[in-house]
Amino acid sequence: MIDSTQSFRFFNRGPSPVARLVFFAVLSLLLLFVDARYRYLESTRSALSVLVSPIQWLATLPSALWQQADDFFITQSTQRGLIKQNDDLSQRHQSDAAQLLQLQALQLENQQLRNLAALPIRNEFTSQLVEVIYAERDVFKRKVLINKGADADVRIGQVVMDDIGIVGQITRVYPWLSEVTLITEKDHAVPVQVLRNGLRTIVFGAGDTSQLSLRYMPVSADIQNDDVLVTSGIDGIYPPGLPVARVVKIERDAAYPFAHVTCLPVAGVDKHRHLLILSSLPKLPERPDEKSAAADADNRVKVRRNN
Amino acid sequence: MPYLSMHTKPEIQRPISNAFIVLSVLAALFLNGLPWEGIWLILRPDFVALVMLYWCMHKPLRVGIGLSWAVGILADVADASLFGQHALAYTLLAFGGVVLHRRLQMFDLRQQTIQVFGIFALTYAVYALVNWQVNDYVVWPYFLGCLTSTLLWTPLSIMFQAMRQKRVDRNRS
Repeated sequence: MIDSTQSFRFFNRGPSPVARLVFFAVLSLLLLFVDARYRYLESTRSALSVLVSPIQWLATLPSALWQQADDFFITQSTQRGLIKQNDDLSQRHQSDAAQLLQLQALQLENQQLRNLAALPIRNEFTSQLVEVIYAERDVFKRKVLINKGADADVRIGQVVMDDIGIVGQITRVYPWLSEVTLITEKDHAVPVQVLRNGLRTIVFGAGDTSQLSLRYMPVSADIQNDDVLVTSGIDGIYPPGLPVARVVKIERDAAYPFAHVTCLPVAGVDKHRHLLILSSLPKLPERPDEKSAAADADNRVKVRRNN
Repeated sequence: MPYLSMHTKPEIQRPISNAFIVLSVLAALFLNGLPWEGIWLILRPDFVALVMLYWCMHKPLRVGIGLSWAVGILADVADASLFGQHALAYTLLAFGGVVLHRRLQMFDLRQQTIQVFGIFALTYAVYALVNWQVNDYVVWPYFLGCLTSTLLWTPLSIMFQAMRQKRVDRNRS
């Protein structure tokens, strides 16, 4: 007689489900820890992405096809719309061209002035047009994937903008794709200046809404609604002077040391299909070591004491 | 409602080919990869979780915890989430499916749906928990996805059942 309480196995089915659960859960937790803390697994990720990318490419096909079909069946009314759009664009182009000429003159003048003042000339940046393939399919994240990757010499940390302002930053590069973290991603920081008075600060993404916030703004700081924030360029990553956000709400509560400032991004962060990657940004001089700077200060103090 | 009271048919079904399982998982990854945006992204059912749970329940000897974990890793790469985030969630999902498969197979689709909702809720909670640990915030509407996933359980079961049935018929003729 086989004791029914004792599990009698005719077929060996390997370890029990509980053992497997524990094994794979621990493995997942380990991977999570390694990936979140150290980011060692980027090469594995890009290798596996080669496996997944055909499916991802297929998934973008229906919307692309739909768009093509849409373009194909252009009706009378849309044609009128196109003509109007064309007129608008050519008008805008003319007004922009005038401003561009002015800009070139100003740039030359700026260069000469900087030469005179012996300041290093700000490098021009070149840009690369890319297309958004899809928005991140994760409710928790504000990221988009674009259609150029390591093959087009895209690098981590490059700045992405549209025609109006900063959109985000490249955070991951795959062989044929790269991932852009939008400035509205939780805790994504951009060093900015208030255009009106040059006040320097840092703008952070809010994460769950498409808003930005200024965190460490003293209650007494000179900031108003509708102030435009532009990149300050002192980090060496963002080129200076590009619009980032506009202040929409300021809450000054005396109970807190900092004002609560809410901003909206200037650029169509969630809207456009086409974006620009800025490359070859100026290299800033290396930041001095904390230690050597401290040692310098010590020496100076000693010299002063000796005197 | 003949379908709702449909038990898994006692009659012998043609064995599912491995290719069919692989294709269904690929199709689920494809559906997850469609450009969902805004409210649709929040309401998007997790097709991969649905398909994995279905196979874990109906073929627990072939599709188990290990395979679900591997699919989870692929989903992590596809979604650019942290390595192991989907994998951990799908591991739990597969465990739920494998352990409860006898009970679930006894139930009709309506009863199954209630049980399946629990498993999905657990899976979504684990995913959100990991995100909360790493990023310190939770998007609550995210959990709507587990409702839509549950709602798709009945259509998916009926569809797969019909596909299996058709194969038998074709074979006979």
